Amino acid sequence: MSFINVLSREINCKIVYYGPGLCGKTTNLQYIYNKTNPDAKGKMISLATETERTLFFDFLPLALGEIRGFKTRFHLYTVPGQVFYDASRKLILKGVDGVVFVADSQIARTEANLESLENLRTNLAEQSYSLDKLPYVIQYNKRDMPSVAPVEELRELLNPNRVPEFEAIASTGVGVFETLKAVAKLVLTEVKRQAG
Amino acid sequence: MTNPQMVMYEEEFNQIQAIVVRLVKEANARVVFVIDKNGQEIAKAGETDQLDTTSLASLTAGNIAATGGMAKLLRENEFTTQFHEGERANIHIQIVGNRVILVVIFDSKTSLGLVRLRVKKASEELNQIFEALLRKVQDPNRETPFAEITDDDIDNLFND
Ligand SMILES: Nc1nc2c(ncn2[C@@H]2O[C@H](COP(=O)(O)OP(=O)(O)O)[C@@H](O)[C@H]2O)c(=O)[nH]1
Ligand SMILES: [Mg+2]
Repeated sequence: MSFINVLSREINCKIVYYGPGLCGKTTNLQYIYNKTNPDAKGKMISLATETERTLFFDFLPLALGEIRGFKTRFHLYTVPGQVFYDASRKLILKGVDGVVFVADSQIARTEANLESLENLRTNLAEQSYSLDKLPYVIQYNKRDMPSVAPVEELRELLNPNRVPEFEAIASTGVGVFETLKAVAKLVLTEVKRQAG
Repeated sequence: MTNPQMVMYEEEFNQIQAIVVRLVKEANARVVFVIDKNGQEIAKAGETDQLDTTSLASLTAGNIAATGGMAKLLRENEFTTQFHEGERANIHIQIVGNRVILVVIFDSKTSLGLVRLRVKKASEELNQIFEALLRKVQDPNRETPFAEITDDDIDNLFND
């Protein structure tokens, strides 16, 4: 649920990075954090286990610039990917304005991608949201790994509606900002549509 | 699905800010802030300078969401009040009208009893303001602050 403050001319939106465990969600946020000017970002918070697996969420507040004097602020969240953290994932989806689904391109992770996408749809539906109506993009991550599925195959499986999609290597930053900008743009367009 | 947006107008913001400022004084608190359940900061007052209120807001919202989830499992309604006691700082968290969260940070200069008392009054007042605000936001004839923006404006933000 976007939040517009008329007085301070700020618009705040929430974007959630979703996907199976170890697909690279936290890595996306870390890269964004590392490459952003200090004055445009807040602290990155990671509620993680001792082995650096996301326990509850990662959080990164980010300013993406001004539109006609409106400061645009995005709160980026990641969810924990492991199947047993489903309750936490549901909480993080509350009030979401835009979703990035990060797929792991490795052939061995095909099932995990499908399961996670299905889980995303289910959890959104529980809050009467629909992925088909929400600003939504897909990232095919880990393109540098040795046994990855061709993008056409991933598209067939994961992107039947042909939402904007990006190939990425989150660990080196390839495709990371392209993905973020695409979803941010869809979110702002939706805010405008609702306002208009 | 439409995801209703929240708009904060000047009039309500000033009312909320006045309550928050007053609560700092009356409860003798260090910091008071109001956030929405998604972790967006709405108003704050007190010694907020050395405090990362953005992070605190997000963590508080996460905390409230998690306790809300626990309540659901216990078939409870929401736990509307939380209190965390530290060595120097204490945090009192109150859900207001099921949609915003009132957070008070205080130390030994004051007491939990006083904080509770003042929070109770402030949250009743806040609740009324937020109800009025909600009616305003849902009014189809309302001012629409983002409506003047064009697709080109949005495009321009991302062309660098
Ligand atoms: N080779 C490669 N490794 C990646 C890529 N993205 C993330 N990783 C690694 O994959 C592991 C899991 O990433 P993480 O971001 O924690 O996954 P999360 O569970 O989705 O948050 C880490 O060791 C990352 O360094 C990528 O594009 N290529
Ligand atoms: Mg993670």
